[in-house]
Amino acid sequence: MAMSPIKEVTAQTTPMEFESAVSVRNISKNYGDVEALRDMSLEFPRGQLTSLLGPSGCGKTTLLKIIAGLLEPTSGQVEVNGKTVSGPGKDRAFVFQDFALLPWATVIRNVAFGLEMRGVAASEREAIAEKYIKEVGLAGFEQSYPHELSGGMRQRVGLARALAVDSDVLLMDEPFSAVDEQTRRKFQEDLLNLVQIENKTFIFVTHSIEEAVYVSDQIAILLPRPSRVSEIIRPSSFRDKGVDNIRRDPEYLDIVDNIWASLRGYVE
Amino acid sequence: MLNRALLLKLLSAVVLFGAWEIAGRIPVSFAFPTFLESMTALFEMTMNGMMFQAYSETLRPLAIGIAISAVLGIAIGLWVGLNSFFDWLFSPIFIVMQAAPLAALIPLLVLAYGIGLTSKVIVVCIMAMPVIVLNTSGAVRNTPESIKEMGQSFLASKTSILLRIVIPAASPVIFAGLRLGISAGFIGAILAELKITPTGVGDIITYSRSIADYPSMYAAIFSIILLAVLFLNLLEKIEKVLFKGNQRGYVSD
Amino acid sequence: MIVWGLLWEIVGQAELTFFIPPLSEVLATLFSIIGTPAFQKALAETAYAFFVGVAFAIAIGIPVGILMGKSRLLDELLLPWVNVFLSAPLTALVPVLMVLFGFGMKSIIITTALFAIWIIILNSRAGVIQINRSLVEMAHSFGASPLNAFFKIYFWAALPEILGGVRIGIIRAVKGVIIGQLLISIVGFGALFELYSANFLMGHFWAVLIVLFALAFTISEFLAYLERRVSYYASKR
Repeated sequence: MAMSPIKEVTAQTTPMEFESAVSVRNISKNYGDVEALRDMSLEFPRGQLTSLLGPSGCGKTTLLKIIAGLLEPTSGQVEVNGKTVSGPGKDRAFVFQDFALLPWATVIRNVAFGLEMRGVAASEREAIAEKYIKEVGLAGFEQSYPHELSGGMRQRVGLARALAVDSDVLLMDEPFSAVDEQTRRKFQEDLLNLVQIENKTFIFVTHSIEEAVYVSDQIAILLPRPSRVSEIIRPSSFRDKGVDNIRRDPEYLDIVDNIWASLRGYVE
Repeated sequence: MLNRALLLKLLSAVVLFGAWEIAGRIPVSFAFPTFLESMTALFEMTMNGMMFQAYSETLRPLAIGIAISAVLGIAIGLWVGLNSFFDWLFSPIFIVMQAAPLAALIPLLVLAYGIGLTSKVIVVCIMAMPVIVLNTSGAVRNTPESIKEMGQSFLASKTSILLRIVIPAASPVIFAGLRLGISAGFIGAILAELKITPTGVGDIITYSRSIADYPSMYAAIFSIILLAVLFLNLLEKIEKVLFKGNQRGYVSD
Repeated sequence: MIVWGLLWEIVGQAELTFFIPPLSEVLATLFSIIGTPAFQKALAETAYAFFVGVAFAIAIGIPVGILMGKSRLLDELLLPWVNVFLSAPLTALVPVLMVLFGFGMKSIIITTALFAIWIIILNSRAGVIQINRSLVEMAHSFGASPLNAFFKIYFWAALPEILGGVRIGIIRAVKGVIIGQLLISIVGFGALFELYSANFLMGHFWAVLIVLFALAFTISEFLAYLERRVSYYASKR
């Protein structure tokens, strides 16, 4: 496989210069006889966005749910801030692909849900929820119901809900796949800003190569059968050139092309 | 647009009742009174209080039966929907009950519980309960996986997930089950009055048939059908208002 | 199911109540009466009323439903009534049928048809309405005549819904035929139930009940199977 060009533009060989917020150690996951993940290890640097990118069936969502504590690994362990994960916890918040909003609850109650479950008093959690609703650009929609919002706005609610609980780690499962292309571009730009201003660690599952390269500080390419991390790419030069210039940066284009070259063989 | 719909509804009512009136005037059969005769009889019976007395009797087994079926049915439904062992144990019973003609049990019930209120309440219950149980358990079982996972990942306790997520998510279907159950309960209540002992509206129907007072008989039948339909429509309206958000597709429309 | 059968046997053997004889006794009775002329006559009468009633309901219901789906005027005229009768307690209409059509088979057949027809109409209508626009346009663009389009496209496209309606209609018809037999005239299985309970023949009563429930259940499962066979393409539209 012609993977060598990628290695030239990555900093994969340099030793870990970042502190890991999340470490995945030798994770395997079997469903009966089916091997979803085999002996996977991965580090997620603090304060950065790491994408899990790969063709369908490579186990990227499974890995994310194991990190979230929603699934239990067959063997291996996940550490978040040095503590082993044994289930969902306060240190992680999840953004769902299909938004998973409560259709019977208003935007503000949806955003406050996580806080409510943590026993935060009503007035306090509404104040926090309002702040994050404003931050994701939904001010004025506090009393709307999910069915009154567009797909993009619903995912902003899902994002606000995850931000409101102020976790260290944000887990995003293909969060923009159910919204249209233009909304998605806006989301990607907003996400870049979010990574800048919030001191959080983002783990982002996607199947879009452009999206992964655009938003990520680090991209983990997962390949199926058996599921494994095939390489880790760390784009270096275009990150600070501003959201408008990334898409024409030569390094951006090279990385996109090279990832496609290595994934092409796995797409049916 | 609304006017056109309303106009057509009125028109279709006029056509049907007009056809009834004409058929009564021809007459199709000596036992087929005109629409106006029937309505006059209905008006008279309402004015002299006969109808109210009859309905107070008819609605009693219906109300008791529905109340029992609703409470028991939803409780069993939740239980069956949440626990796979009880699902395995109880579901077949209710599936058979749903498909089977339970009216056949009436002679046995009369034998066991006599011809009083108890038998009638049981008839209403066996008609209404299966659909309530099946709807409830099905709805609970089909709670979208992602919102349950959402609850877990935001640290909701088991009870919170049940009370805040599973039950609200299932409630539109549970409510629809209740509506179907009440519809079946009406069938049961009338069946009980016609088959077990004539009381209430069933008495008016049976008695006026025996003395060939057909307008009264038609009036009584018309009134019970009207009552059932109005009540069920009201429930449907309530359902639409209560569960507005759930009516539309919500994941991605 | 086996657990319930055992429980029934235990309750019966314990002689807790006179109304529930042991399952084994019921089954023994079942085999002894299944060959008797009385049972076969009841079966034949019930089956006759059932099949004729269902045949009428299908033969009238499907075309009416399809027409309602195609014509907006007809739809708006009829739909309120179909909805009314779908949820109305039709048992109340049985006395009317009795005075109009007498106490015989005719009334029972009409009762059966009345129970079954509304859901068939409603589902056929829904089936036609949900047909994909592009499928209709495809028919036009390939120059299908209206008749061809109807038989080659609309009917097949709506078939899963229509069959679903027929299945529910038939389950309702089973209930209708029994209610009819109990209320109108004492024939068929209704007569057997009356006879056995009047004579305290609990074993016989339960035996006939089992046969009836089993028949109803088998019919509904068979139709559900047919529906699954046809609707494999429904999800892929």
